[in-house]
Amino acid sequence: MKVLLVDDEKDIVSTLAERLSLRGIEATWVTSGEEALNLLKTETFDLAILDVKMPSMNGLELQKKMNENHRELKCLFLTSRGAEEASEPGAQLTGQENYLSKPIKIEELIKKMNEALKS
Amino acid sequence: MSFWKQIKPTFLNYPAQGKETERLPFNVRRIWLFTVCLISLVSIGPLVSLAIFDYTVTKNDTEKEIHLRMEGLVDHIAGTVSFFLEEKKAALSYIVYANSFSDLNNKERLAYILEGLQRSTGGFIDLGLIDSSGKQLQYVGPYDLEGKNYRNKDWCKKVRASEDGIFISEVFLGYRNVPHHIIAVRQDLPDGPCYILRATMDTGKFNTLLSLMKIDKTGDSFLINHQGILQTPTLIHGVAMDSIKLTIPKDADEPRVYEEVCEHGDTLVIGLEYIANSPYILMILQEKKDLMKVWLKTRWIILGILLGGILIMLFVIIHVASYLINIICNESRKTMLVLSEVEHSSKMASIGRLAAGVSHEINNPLAIINEKAGLMKDLFEFKDEYSSDPKLIGLIDSVLSSVERCAGITKRLLSFSRNLDVSIQRVNISAVIEDVLGFLHKEAEYRSITVHVDVAEDVPNFDTDRGKLQQILVNLTNNAFAAVEDEGHLDIIARRQDEKTITIKVRDDGCGIAQKNIKRIFDPFFSTKTESGGTGLGLSIIYGLALELGGKIEVESTEGMGTTFSVLLPIEKGEDEKSPTDERSWDYSEPIS
Repeated sequence: MKVLLVDDEKDIVSTLAERLSLRGIEATWVTSGEEALNLLKTETFDLAILDVKMPSMNGLELQKKMNENHRELKCLFLTSRGAEEASEPGAQLTGQENYLSKPIKIEELIKKMNEALKS
Repeated sequence: MSFWKQIKPTFLNYPAQGKETERLPFNVRRIWLFTVCLISLVSIGPLVSLAIFDYTVTKNDTEKEIHLRMEGLVDHIAGTVSFFLEEKKAALSYIVYANSFSDLNNKERLAYILEGLQRSTGGFIDLGLIDSSGKQLQYVGPYDLEGKNYRNKDWCKKVRASEDGIFISEVFLGYRNVPHHIIAVRQDLPDGPCYILRATMDTGKFNTLLSLMKIDKTGDSFLINHQGILQTPTLIHGVAMDSIKLTIPKDADEPRVYEEVCEHGDTLVIGLEYIANSPYILMILQEKKDLMKVWLKTRWIILGILLGGILIMLFVIIHVASYLINIICNESRKTMLVLSEVEHSSKMASIGRLAAGVSHEINNPLAIINEKAGLMKDLFEFKDEYSSDPKLIGLIDSVLSSVERCAGITKRLLSFSRNLDVSIQRVNISAVIEDVLGFLHKEAEYRSITVHVDVAEDVPNFDTDRGKLQQILVNLTNNAFAAVEDEGHLDIIARRQDEKTITIKVRDDGCGIAQKNIKRIFDPFFSTKTESGGTGLGLSIIYGLALELGGKIEVESTEGMGTTFSVLLPIEKGEDEKSPTDERSWDYSEPIS
């Protein structure tokens, strides 16, 4: 499983990526939407985990842009404000269940990731 | 009393002191009083003025009419009396002209003449012939007066002195000692001496004549002489020869009508006329109140109509003023309530925004701690070199559990702020109660209050506005905490009442609510805690919230035993029940960033 992590908080994504790696999941991290889009030009991922709130381009916009070229790419969202952020109009497209509130539990994240890939 | 209750303005029921009247933007009592006074003044004022004007005018008119009638009557009676006297004078003048002294000196002839007079003009009682020395030569009549000498009698002197030779006497006693009037005619003989023909007038006829001429039963009409001595009997003012106790105008050629207060205190209307060529004055009296009887009756009717009108007007004015000011007052209270709700809501929204902001900011560093500690734990678990140290794992677990606790706090804060939005969602009542107690459990701990939550298993998750439900329960729980002593008990019980309703009871064993207050506790601004800063809005707002959710709140309380608030909520919220919510709700859900 190849996962792309996008969050403007480097401490969070880098650590999270390392924790996923320890569990045998190949995780690449970037700290902005633009970097993520650049990376997608050269690499493919099974799943993207996006922070909803990021400067310049938020998670929802990023998901839209990524889906333009990579329709098959599944997305999970991380929010620091709970359900409300993930239930904004744009997020409805991906359903209400594909978000996690920070701070996350790694077990929950992996469970959600598996669910997202199955669907 | 019940009539007053009908028209009593309801705002008078509101307490004079207290927050609500302070907060009313105007003084309703003063406005009410001002309105009632002003309208009364402009409507009743002219009515009263008109009534007074009409009263005065009709009174003056009636008096004028009475005076005119009296004047006419006096003139008429005076004419009649004058004619009566002239007739008698003319008859006697004719007798002395048509008969010689010797004819008259014949008793039979004289008796014949008297009979003729009585048959024709009437009004004579006797006839006497008196010579120049005053001696009565002949007498015919019912009395024994023959041979009497009248030389020294007043009338005798006057008839001899008078120019035209005719004299009408005032009433006098004479030889018979009976009041009577006489007419005397002097005839001068060519050879010097004179003789006098004297006749006694029938006073009865005179009196009948006068008594017929009255305005009313209570009136009195009589003759007096110029000195005010009664010449004819009266009904109540004395008998002939008495002196009348009323003023007599001196120079009245024309009939005169005037008013005078008599000795009994009654006002008399007096008509008076001097009768020409006689010593008499005609006087007609009538009590004014009798003459004004018709007008007095009218006066009572006018007064009655006026008072009735004023009462009806006052009733209508007070009623209308109360009605209108009640409307204004109620509207103003509604506005105030809405303003208070807005104020309350915006306060909540501010707190919500603050909470959301704080949670959001804290969540990121928390996430970092979480990830770092998580990685450390992962490393301990995945790499063998650390796994042998259980102390380190314990430390990491303690960090992670603290992070979880913090996350719980921020989550609750976020859920509180989110709840300010209007949103219907499926809620689990146990979770809501847990959230609510999450805010309050510290106080419960400090005060050793035992909180017992009992949610029946058959209570389903149901559609409602989580935030509003939470606000209702927070408020009720807070109230319960305020009511109970330390070490008190609080039960929160959720039950499925029937197919469509669930009931959440908040029961405390606190001080309870006085019976007289129980009906008013949901009224806006009703508070027993005004001194300690209660606004009296809490229960009224949550009552409104319960209605918005399609449910209601009921209360049972026994003073000293405790209170149970029951929140009844529908399990499925129908579209139609949403409408009042949507109309009234304010949207505080502006994006929070």
